[in-house]
Amino acid sequence: MFDFGVVTQWIDELLRSFLPGTAATLVELVLIGLCLLVGYAVIALILIYAERKVCAFFQCRIGPNRVGPYGTIQSIADMLKMLTKEIIEINHVDRFLFNLAPFMVIIASVLAFGCLPFAKGLHVIDFNVGIFFLIAVSSIGIVGILLAGWASNNKYSLIGAMRSGAQMISYELSIGLSILTLVVFSGTMQLSEIVEQQAAGWFIFRGHIPAFIAFVIYVIAGTAETNRGPFDLPEADSELTAGYHTEYSGMHFGFFYLAEYLNMFVVAGVATTLFLGGWMPLHIPGWEGFNQVMDYIPSLIWFAGKCAVVIFIIMWFKWTFPRLRIDQLLHLEWKYLLPINLCNLLLMVIVVVFKLHF
Amino acid sequence: MNSAPQEAVFYILSAAIVIFSVMTVTTRRILRSATYLLFVLFATAGLYFQLNYSFLGAVQLVIYAGGIIILYVFSILLTTTDKDKVARLKNSKILAGVLTVLAGAALCVFITITHNFGPTRYVGDEVPMKVIGTALMGTEKYQYLLPFEAISLLLLACIIGGIIIARKR
Repeated sequence: MFDFGVVTQWIDELLRSFLPGTAATLVELVLIGLCLLVGYAVIALILIYAERKVCAFFQCRIGPNRVGPYGTIQSIADMLKMLTKEIIEINHVDRFLFNLAPFMVIIASVLAFGCLPFAKGLHVIDFNVGIFFLIAVSSIGIVGILLAGWASNNKYSLIGAMRSGAQMISYELSIGLSILTLVVFSGTMQLSEIVEQQAAGWFIFRGHIPAFIAFVIYVIAGTAETNRGPFDLPEADSELTAGYHTEYSGMHFGFFYLAEYLNMFVVAGVATTLFLGGWMPLHIPGWEGFNQVMDYIPSLIWFAGKCAVVIFIIMWFKWTFPRLRIDQLLHLEWKYLLPINLCNLLLMVIVVVFKLHF
Repeated sequence: MNSAPQEAVFYILSAAIVIFSVMTVTTRRILRSATYLLFVLFATAGLYFQLNYSFLGAVQLVIYAGGIIILYVFSILLTTTDKDKVARLKNSKILAGVLTVLAGAALCVFITITHNFGPTRYVGDEVPMKVIGTALMGTEKYQYLLPFEAISLLLLACIIGGIIIARKR
């Protein structure tokens, strides 16, 4: 299987051959940052296009089909429109917090995005607490949303932000516990190690019942965490106009929009890494020929494909289920998901202790 | 990595901590104050990451940035009725504040000068997660997190009991 480490190492050696050590490190930092941001933007554009098409097909429409073949350039045109729009300065708002909030949201999202192992050797941050770091940085986004709601000086925004805060804090518990279940199973928090361990079989198969329950809970909680339908109460258009980002315009609104889509990608990426083997191909123990064939498919394609499947499931959710009320939403988390999750964690501990897994 | 960039990063983080700490107490809007406090905590997390102790850094982010500051912001949103700025302080209060600051600064400087610091930088790799985990749950000397957590559970039970007694009419 192709190892992207070869490419990154070559670039590293090339830079070090004519630059002193510190300068080379700095140049690499800038390069990695640029690559991440470009990847971030491109994935966001693809996701926005995919969302529109999927939504259209669910509603028996065609969706974007005028700009470019099959409407593929539509989201690029929208991006250009967004970039050239005026950012309106609103009176009677706390200008510093108002301008800060979108950046907090987008920084949290980019940091979490940077932790994902995209392919073999293509992994930016690999702490030994990798997955914990990912949860930690993604929790910064809530502060951004709360600040945006408050700083807008608008009661709809404030209600939207409060709902969003309550929802995200509650569902973060479920996300944390379902990830913890898998950490118990793998015995490590380092993302690269988690992926390596799945060479013998993906965790969702090897951990059977508890891993599957954890996967389902993770996907539900992840959908709620990204404020997407059927859990999109913070920006319920019918009651709150647009929730916490009502007053934002131009690229500031664009940041919230981008972060929402990219958070969906991060949720899908984490689900892929923890449950579906990350970039690891599908290996079935004993079937040597089959495993060999699977290894010929590049790791990047494996990762992207699995992410696409999870993202499609999340979109399917959104366009199939009706929206919940805020009290139903919190009941679902505190009365159902959390107890199930705790029992599931216990079940996983039993499975690991008695070695009942594959 | 050699030491010059390390020190540069350290000074940037320290400057951020000092500046935002001062701004936290001098700003007259309560939510801005919470935001500056958040920046202070971020910079502190940065120091932990620089010491190659990413577990503590991540804990700092998730507990303080993700938990405590959000609690602060929530309680500010729920309780503050008017968004007016805080009134200016009286001269006598300013004087008392300056005296307290001077006394605190003198104490800190005294301790910093007399304390015998260990090595300035942690050398070696990241501490493995397994070591941290067993140290957290252990019962040997200096491993007292488990009783500490048990006490915190007791506190939580007390808080819930207090709420229930207070709500009974």
